[in-house]
Amino acid sequence: MNDLFRWDYVFDHLDEIQASTLEHLKLTLLAVGVGLLISFPLALLAHRVRWTYGPITWVTGVMFTIPSLALFAFLVPFTGLTVLTAEIGLVSYTLLILIRNIVSALDAVPADVRESAVGMGLSPGQVMWRVQVPLALPVILGGVRIATVTTIGLVTVTAVIGQGGVGTYILSGLRSLVPTFTILGAALAIILAVTMDRLLVLVEKLVTPWARSRSARTA
Amino acid sequence: MSDPMISLDGVTKRFASGSNAVEDLSLDVPKGETVVLVGPSGCGKTTTMKLINRLVEPTTGTITVNGVDILRQDPVELRRSIGYVIQSIGLMPHRTVEQNIGMVPRLMGWPGSKIADRVRELSEMFELDATLLKRYPSELSGGQRQRVGVARALAADPPVMLMDEPFGAVDPIVRERLQDQFLALKAELAKTIVFVTHDIDEAIKMADRIAILNTGARVEQYAPPLEILRDPANDFVRDFVGAERGLKRLALSIVGDIDVEKGPVVSRTASVAEAEAEMDRSGFDWVSVVTDGELAGWVDRDALKGVSTVGDAKARPFSAYVTAEDSLRQALDSIVTSRTNVAVVVSEGQRYRGILTLEGLSKGLSS
Ligand SMILES: Nc1ncnc2c1ncn2[C@@H]1O[C@H](COP(=O)(O)OP(=O)(O)O)[C@@H](O)[C@H]1O
Ligand SMILES: [Mg+2]
Repeated sequence: MNDLFRWDYVFDHLDEIQASTLEHLKLTLLAVGVGLLISFPLALLAHRVRWTYGPITWVTGVMFTIPSLALFAFLVPFTGLTVLTAEIGLVSYTLLILIRNIVSALDAVPADVRESAVGMGLSPGQVMWRVQVPLALPVILGGVRIATVTTIGLVTVTAVIGQGGVGTYILSGLRSLVPTFTILGAALAIILAVTMDRLLVLVEKLVTPWARSRSARTA
Repeated sequence: MSDPMISLDGVTKRFASGSNAVEDLSLDVPKGETVVLVGPSGCGKTTTMKLINRLVEPTTGTITVNGVDILRQDPVELRRSIGYVIQSIGLMPHRTVEQNIGMVPRLMGWPGSKIADRVRELSEMFELDATLLKRYPSELSGGQRQRVGVARALAADPPVMLMDEPFGAVDPIVRERLQDQFLALKAELAKTIVFVTHDIDEAIKMADRIAILNTGARVEQYAPPLEILRDPANDFVRDFVGAERGLKRLALSIVGDIDVEKGPVVSRTASVAEAEAEMDRSGFDWVSVVTDGELAGWVDRDALKGVSTVGDAKARPFSAYVTAEDSLRQALDSIVTSRTNVAVVVSEGQRYRGILTLEGLSKGLSS
């Protein structure tokens, strides 16, 4: 047998592999979830009060460009080798992607649809929640998908502060130079990313039946 | 004018970016009437309409709807009492046809069963097939979408309708059908309607009164269509109404509005001599043959050769008739295409009423 990839290791450690995959998923979903909670109000603000869009994307853009290793190195003295440290980093990387997507999704709602909604007597809140947000949903979910896939990749980096999910295997591979670990970690991260991507495409289709019927018609 | 439903008094709207879109506009829309605002593109029609449902707030002036100053009303409440249709319709793409039509009733908290009944009623009224109700707007044709838009605006039975070029985006044939359908409904519904178009023919067809607007929504003439066609107030109106003013008037009046001439007519029991006397009297070379009041056709001198009574001759049918409900334009068409330049007027059951000639038509118009 070649020792590039040792399947026996995998079969002997299925429980451990499952646990680290779930941890990876949890770190990812938490980051995207918190990222959405922060992005949504900021995006609404940027959509309504246009001049705030520049400063908001500037700040989140700067956060996006900070090298992740540097960010963790900077945070650890304050927040330790904790989930909190990992999440601060992960969340801040989702913000730019999510805010940009939500704002452009809200902007893309056709003006005549908005006008007829207001003209029919929907209150500003009803226009937002019954018209703008549902219509923006496909694009918003597209942003969530990109943010999720990006975050799954980034979680492999948070392994360096002990919050790595499947990244822990990659780190072990790096330290021990045993290829099985590296390949296992990378493969799990890829499988997770592809699965989440497909899953979110499915969710997108489920919550936007009107878009499906349109594409069905033009197909 | 007693009791206008909508009243604009000295209304001006200045947009931050430019000159006055609407300048010192005063206009009363009587209850139950359809007022059509017509004028060139950019003259302020849409702005005027949006002032009424507060999508645009006036810079100065007062607007009342049903006697209440709209600036003292909650805009959301005001808008729910006014049906609103725009050219691009603006149906909710993420809602089915059914949900689109039921939108305002749902906002107003109607119970589900009442909404369902109302949606059914409106879809029948607008000939929207039941299978369409579950579809999304993107799956409809332009004409269907347009009808859904109007049905949606009518859903909560608002006393006032604002319609901004509602039939502008469909092809001429569909447009004409929608217009006819809406005219029939309008007669039933007794709504006060403000209708915007840039098409004078549509204005003439739909309006009880037309307001011809110039730049800044300046009213050049405000009068019923016939009056505008008969007496254009100035050159702007004359130009806008365009050539064929006379023809347009013909389209607005019906045969029943004017007197018909008796025409050459005999009963089938009449003798040939009587028939010929009738031709001589009337100056035509043919006579209509009537049996018990019913029109059988016509005969000429040739057909009467060798018979003793008119009934023995073979009466030939007229190629076309007009009835009292037909427009004078149709009558004119019938006159100029007939061999003898006469339109034969009948009523129900082919009962003979008389004839219309060019001379009679123009006399009828000038009276
Ligand atoms: N929101 C707006 N901001 C600035 N100018 C506007 C706005 N809406 C309309 N206008 C201007 O007001 C004038 C009247 O426009 P509008 O009422 O839309 O005309 P119409 O419907 O008769 O074509 C035009 O010159 C138009 O450019
Ligand atoms: Mg307009």
